[in-house]
Amino acid sequence: MNRHLLSAADLGREEALRILDTAEHLDRALSGREVKKLPPLRGRTVVNLFYEDSTRTRTSFELAAKRLSADVVNFAAKGSSVSKGESLKDTALTLEAMGADAVVIRHSYSGAAHRLATWVQGSVVNAGDGTHEHPTQALLDAFTIRRRLRGATGDLDGLRVAIVGDVLHSRVARSNVLLLTTLGARVTLVAPPTLVPRGVESWPVGCVFDLDSVLADSDVVMMLRVQRERMAGGFFPSAREYSRRYGLDARRMAMLGDAAIVMHPGPMNRGMEIAAEVADDPKRSTIVEQVTNGVSVRMAVLYLLLGGAEQLGD
Amino acid sequence: MNSLVLRNVRPYGEAKLDVRVENGVIAELGSVQPTALDDVIDGQGAVLLPGLVDLHTHLREPGREDAETVETGSAAAALGGYTAVFAMPNTEPCADTAGVVEQVWRLGRQTGLVDVQPIGAVTAGRAGAQLAELGAMADSPARVRMFSDDGSCVSDSALMRRALEYVRAFDGVIAQHAEDPRLTVGAQMNEGVVSGRLGLGGWPAAAEEAILARDVLLTGHVGSRLHVCHVSTAGSVELLRWAKDKGWAVTAEVTPHHLSLTDELAESYDPVFKVNPPLRTADDVAALRTGLADGTIDCVATDHAPHAIEDKETEWGAALPGMLGLQTALAIVIKTMVEPGLLDWRGLADRMSVAPARIGALAEHGRPIAIGEPANLVVVDPAIRWTVSPAALVSKSRNTPYAGRTLPGRIVATVLRGRLTSRDGALLEALPA
Repeated sequence: MNRHLLSAADLGREEALRILDTAEHLDRALSGREVKKLPPLRGRTVVNLFYEDSTRTRTSFELAAKRLSADVVNFAAKGSSVSKGESLKDTALTLEAMGADAVVIRHSYSGAAHRLATWVQGSVVNAGDGTHEHPTQALLDAFTIRRRLRGATGDLDGLRVAIVGDVLHSRVARSNVLLLTTLGARVTLVAPPTLVPRGVESWPVGCVFDLDSVLADSDVVMMLRVQRERMAGGFFPSAREYSRRYGLDARRMAMLGDAAIVMHPGPMNRGMEIAAEVADDPKRSTIVEQVTNGVSVRMAVLYLLLGGAEQLGD
Repeated sequence: MNSLVLRNVRPYGEAKLDVRVENGVIAELGSVQPTALDDVIDGQGAVLLPGLVDLHTHLREPGREDAETVETGSAAAALGGYTAVFAMPNTEPCADTAGVVEQVWRLGRQTGLVDVQPIGAVTAGRAGAQLAELGAMADSPARVRMFSDDGSCVSDSALMRRALEYVRAFDGVIAQHAEDPRLTVGAQMNEGVVSGRLGLGGWPAAAEEAILARDVLLTGHVGSRLHVCHVSTAGSVELLRWAKDKGWAVTAEVTPHHLSLTDELAESYDPVFKVNPPLRTADDVAALRTGLADGTIDCVATDHAPHAIEDKETEWGAALPGMLGLQTALAIVIKTMVEPGLLDWRGLADRMSVAPARIGALAEHGRPIAIGEPANLVVVDPAIRWTVSPAALVSKSRNTPYAGRTLPGRIVATVLRGRLTSRDGALLEALPA
């Protein structure tokens, strides 16, 4: 695999499947074990460099690294030299000097992971850069879809996925569009016109403004978090109007096919883009298992990037 | 005083001849026999042009002397073939008073490598609320005639109208940085396919074109003069054509980087490519070249914008916008306009010297190469190619987008009022004015 994982576009079909298959393998290797530990990354150092608050993603990466026996160091922006104004470059050089094998970075600026990659010798994993990409989220989403709808094997050929919400500002949407199409799925974006990027006509996706029109034909409905603050920029007039036109409520859930699933990367705005009863639906909602799957997928990514030194036992 | 003899040079790329420069003027043209006391430069067939004039430079002094000073910026200009530069007022303190413009003017004279003509701010503090004392700046020793809030747009329509009217009293010109700030909130690069993919906030072409359209209408209405800074879109070129057809006194400039680079370069997220207005699409580049060739765009201006390393070696969103330009401008224009046959040397002389001198009202620059004219000249050999090395540039800053590229056209000599300021890529000791 490439030295870094900066964008879902870094992964061709074979590589993406390899990650999903490895995630399945690692998950099976660990289940049923009392001590959830495998040895491949023993002695390797993984640094979590999180400039944005994120309990979910950071913990997920931390668990993934620890389960593979790596040493984990957490650099949070608050209370570190970063809050004293240290530049990204200097932080990178410091981590280099300490011998970090991999740096997992989350940052509020698009392209931060790309810049970091020019300053370190180790591997860089993009855990979310601004509004650009979040490749491991797309991987865990694909893993979840594959488990639910394809028996945990193969690709997503022909599956119809609707991604609904603030596409313009969503790194999850960008990574998912890239990875889902790489894996053969057919993606349709649903959003108000103000929340769709210029140039979306050049993306390999459909784009509609009417949520009701896609529900019956979707195998997967992936809801994106929408910030209420976007009202101030004129992206939509009110939270009420947004949730009426683009929120997935019980009425809309009833329009879905029997086997269709509902996904959300979290954190959710219950009542805004997704109704509580939809989020909590035991049959359709994959929201909780997405989190679990996130650890397996991140284990696979770290394992493949750092080339596990020892064999995986079965 | 001994003379300077330029041998074997081709004025405007035409027939080869020699030039004797004496007492600051062109004294002889033809076949010159140099004496033992003359300083002789053998151009070996290089092209002789009037010294270049840059209507848009950021010298950063006062306030950001860590990025550039009047002295280092003048050096870059001289090595780039320039004999005059117009210094933008977004300094700290801002050049919105007679005091600051006079300071910049004096620093330029002291350095003596290029004529530094200060541009005054349009509004106090460039805050866009209140006119600055334009008359005081016009009357100062700096004799300011061009005013700009560059970096910011004079976005208030009423204030822009008043500014255009007010400068008529001293035949001034307002140079507008055309950017509707309401349309560029959070903008990081051109709004288009690339920005959508990279997750960087978009700066739509319409934000420039809307202001340009408004301003040319106001200019026509009040009968004043407008100069549009760093035109960057195909739509802007069309609007300029329309305005000129109406007979309105509108001029415009384009930067070398907008003639040569596109927004795809942002894919590396390297902020050396971050600039305001942003790099645009190939279609925009083509329209700008055509516009410069047919004179819709009157001139090339560098928008030389030095930045300290820490302001560029960072995340894209945190980086300051701007690129160096003085030392690479002529080479880029040769590459993008002369080599493909869009402009001949007379055309280049017009766009890079004659027109800017006229727009900026500099009487001694952009003159014909003729006996009796002030000797503000540049000799360039278009056959020599050179590779851009940021460390070798004489600016204090390193932010050139052309690092590692090989460009055509080496400056053989720059002459400022009869004195050599650069020779074979090296600066000469300058005498105080």
